[in-house]
Amino acid sequence: MLSIKNLHASIEGKQILKGINLEVKPGEVHAIMGPNGSGKSTLASVLAGREDYTVDSGEIVFKGKDLLELAADERAKEGVFLAFQYPIEIPGVTTTNFMKTAINKVREHRGLEPLDAVSFLQLMKEKMKLVEIDQSLLSRSLNEGFSGGEKKRNEIFQMAMLEPTLAVLDETDSGLDIDALRIVSNGVNTLKNADNATIVVTHYQRLLDYIVPDFVHVLYDGKIVKSGGKDLAKELEKRGYDWVKEEADVAKA
Amino acid sequence: MSKDDQILEQFASKEYEHGWTVDIEADSAPPGLNEDIVRFISAKKEEPEWLLEWRLKAYRNWRKMTEPNWANVHYPKPQFEDIIYYSAPKKKKTANSLDEVDPELLKTFERLGISLTEQKRLTGVAVDAVMDSVSVGTTFKKQLLEQGIIFCSFSEAVKEHPELVKKYIGSVVPSNDNFYAALNSAVFSDGSFCYIPKGVRCPVELSTYFRINAANTGQFERTLIVAEEDSYVSYLEGCTAPQRDENQLHAAVVEIYAAKNAEVKYSTVQNWYPGDKQGKGGIYNFVTKRGICAGDYAKISWTQVETGSAVTWKYPSCILKGDYSQGEFYSVAVTNNFQQADTGTKMIHIGKNTKSRIVSKGVSGGRSQNSYRGLVEIHPRATNSRNFSQCDSLLMGDQCGAHTFPYIEVKNKSSQIEHEATTSKIGEDQIFYCTQRGIDEESAVALIVNGYCKEVLNKLPMEFAVEAQKLLALTLEGSVG
Repeated sequence: MLSIKNLHASIEGKQILKGINLEVKPGEVHAIMGPNGSGKSTLASVLAGREDYTVDSGEIVFKGKDLLELAADERAKEGVFLAFQYPIEIPGVTTTNFMKTAINKVREHRGLEPLDAVSFLQLMKEKMKLVEIDQSLLSRSLNEGFSGGEKKRNEIFQMAMLEPTLAVLDETDSGLDIDALRIVSNGVNTLKNADNATIVVTHYQRLLDYIVPDFVHVLYDGKIVKSGGKDLAKELEKRGYDWVKEEADVAKA
Repeated sequence: MSKDDQILEQFASKEYEHGWTVDIEADSAPPGLNEDIVRFISAKKEEPEWLLEWRLKAYRNWRKMTEPNWANVHYPKPQFEDIIYYSAPKKKKTANSLDEVDPELLKTFERLGISLTEQKRLTGVAVDAVMDSVSVGTTFKKQLLEQGIIFCSFSEAVKEHPELVKKYIGSVVPSNDNFYAALNSAVFSDGSFCYIPKGVRCPVELSTYFRINAANTGQFERTLIVAEEDSYVSYLEGCTAPQRDENQLHAAVVEIYAAKNAEVKYSTVQNWYPGDKQGKGGIYNFVTKRGICAGDYAKISWTQVETGSAVTWKYPSCILKGDYSQGEFYSVAVTNNFQQADTGTKMIHIGKNTKSRIVSKGVSGGRSQNSYRGLVEIHPRATNSRNFSQCDSLLMGDQCGAHTFPYIEVKNKSSQIEHEATTSKIGEDQIFYCTQRGIDEESAVALIVNGYCKEVLNKLPMEFAVEAQKLLALTLEGSVG
C-alpha cells in the first residue's frame, strides 16, 4: 500500500530525513519511535504533503500512485489522514460544518453524491460513540477552547468520519490522561481492518500497550536504524534510546 | 394648460426633435446633466410639481458642491457629463402579475439565480425588482396591503401616496446632505417605498433586487422606509451587476424612519461588478444610507455584506434621537484584486440611554485596500449612552491593506464607549489543516473567512446568509497562492 524509498527531506535548507525506507501493507500497524528531533513528525508531515518541507530525493508510492506528485488535499482524498500533534483552531467554523465540507469534497472526488443532512447526521452520531465525544463539542468552533484530550478525540473522530486507507497518528498520546488514552486507542482499534493501515508516531511505549503494532521502527538522525516486532518497543521502554543511538553511531563510523 | 402639462408637452415634442422614440433599445435621456434633464426625468415619471421643485433645488445645490475626497480611495473621477441619467426598459407598463412581465427580463433574473416566480412560490419573500431604474414586478403586494403595509416602487408611491412621500423624503438624508446624495435627489429614477402602519409586524421579509443593465447608465435609486409606532419590518436589498468594462456610477440613497418602539432591520448583500483582475472596470458605489430612531425605544439595525464594486464609499448610519433607542451595524467587507472599500457607520447619540453596537469585519486579499471608517458621537443631552465597537481585519497575502479610522466624539460624561480592534492573517497552519482533510485551498480560505465573519452572517435572514457565503467564496477566488 505504501512504499517509501530512500526518502530525503529538508526544511529551510536543513536536512531532516536522510534516507527513509518503509513498506506498509494493508492491515498492518507500524509504530515509528525515536528520540526527540529524530525526524518523526517530519516524516508524518511529508507524508501528508505539508509544503514547508522540501523532498530532496527518494520516492513515496501510495496505492500505486506517486504521492509526491499530489497536493495535500489530493492525498487526503486518496485516503491519507494525519492526526495532528497540535490540532489547529479555526474560529467560527464548527467541527460539524468542517467535517461536512471535508466529507463531501472526498465524496465528490470518488464520484459520489454529497451526503444529505440526515445521512450526515446519522454518520456523525455513529462515529461520535466511537470516541465518546459529545454533540455540543462538535457544535463549537473547531478546536477553539478544547482541552488537550478533546482535541485528540476530535482528531480520531475526524478519522472515523473520513475512513482513511492510511492513518498517520502524530504523537496522538501526548497530553492525554489515561482515560482519554484508552478512548482514543479504542477508536483507532475499532477502525482497523484488513484494508487499511496505521502508522503510529510516538515517543513513548505507553500508547503501544493499547494500539498494538505489528512492526516497530526506531528513527534516529533521519534514518530508520532498527526495526522489529512489538517487543522492540518494550525494550526501548526499559533501556531508553541510548543503546540504539550508540549502535547506530558505531555502524555509521 | 397647467405648468406640469406644459412641461410634459414640451418634452413630448422634444422627444421627436431629438429622435427619442419608443423603438430604441432603452428609453433614455441623452448623456449629461442640466436642469432640462432633471425636468425630463420628472416629466417622464409624471411627477407632481413639488417633487420637480425638490429635484431642481437638489440639482442647484449639487452644482455648487464638490466631490468628497476624504475617503481612502483613489479612482478617476466620474465624468458626470458622459453619464446617461435616465434609462428605462422599453416595456415599462406596470405589470399586474408576473405573467405580464417581459419574459426577457425574467430570463435575466433567472440567470442571476433569482427567479421571481421561484422566490414567490418557495421563499415567501416579496420582491420588488429594479432593473435599469424602473420597477418591473412587485409581488405579494396584495397580501401586504391587507395589513395596511405599502410596498411598492418609489414612482408608484409618488403617484399613490404622495402625502407620505412628501412628508418623509429628505427628512433623514436632506437633499443637500452630501455631493452624491444631492446628485441622487436631483436625478433619482426609481427605487422602493415601504410603509408599515402603527402596530403592524410585517409578516414577510421585504426584498429588492437592484441590477445595472444598460451600459453607461448611472443608477440612482432611492429607498424610503417608514415604520410607524410599534411596527416591525425586515428589509433585504441585494445587488448584482453584469460585467462592464467602463466604470459605472451607482449613487443610491436609503432613508429609514422609525417611530416610537418601531424596529427596522435592513440587510444588504452587495456584489456589484468589482472590475477584472487588472482593476479595469467595475462599479463605483457611493451610497448614503441613514436611519433615524425618531421615537423612544426605536431600533434600527444595518447588516451588510459587501463583496463587490471597484470603489465603495458607504456608511449606513443611525441617528438615535429617541430616548432608549438603539442602533446596530454589522458589516462584512471583502475586497480582492484592485478593489477599494471605505465603509463603516455613524452612530449619533442624541437621546438619553441610547445604545449602539458596531461589528465590522474586513477581509482583504490581492492588492485591495479595505478601510473601516466610523463615527460614534455622543451629544450633550445623551445621558447614559453606550457604544460598543469591534473592528476586525483579516489579511490575505502581503500586498493588500487594511485600515481603521475610528472617530469618537463624546460630549456627555455619563456615556460609556468601548472599542476593540484586531488584525490577523489567515494562517498557513489553518489552510494545511483543511487541505489535509481533503478540502482544496480555495474552499479552505472560503471556510475560514466564513467562520471569521460568522457573527455578522448570523444576523442575515436565512436565504440571504446562504447567498452571502457563496459570494464570499466567489470573491476570494484566486486570493491565495
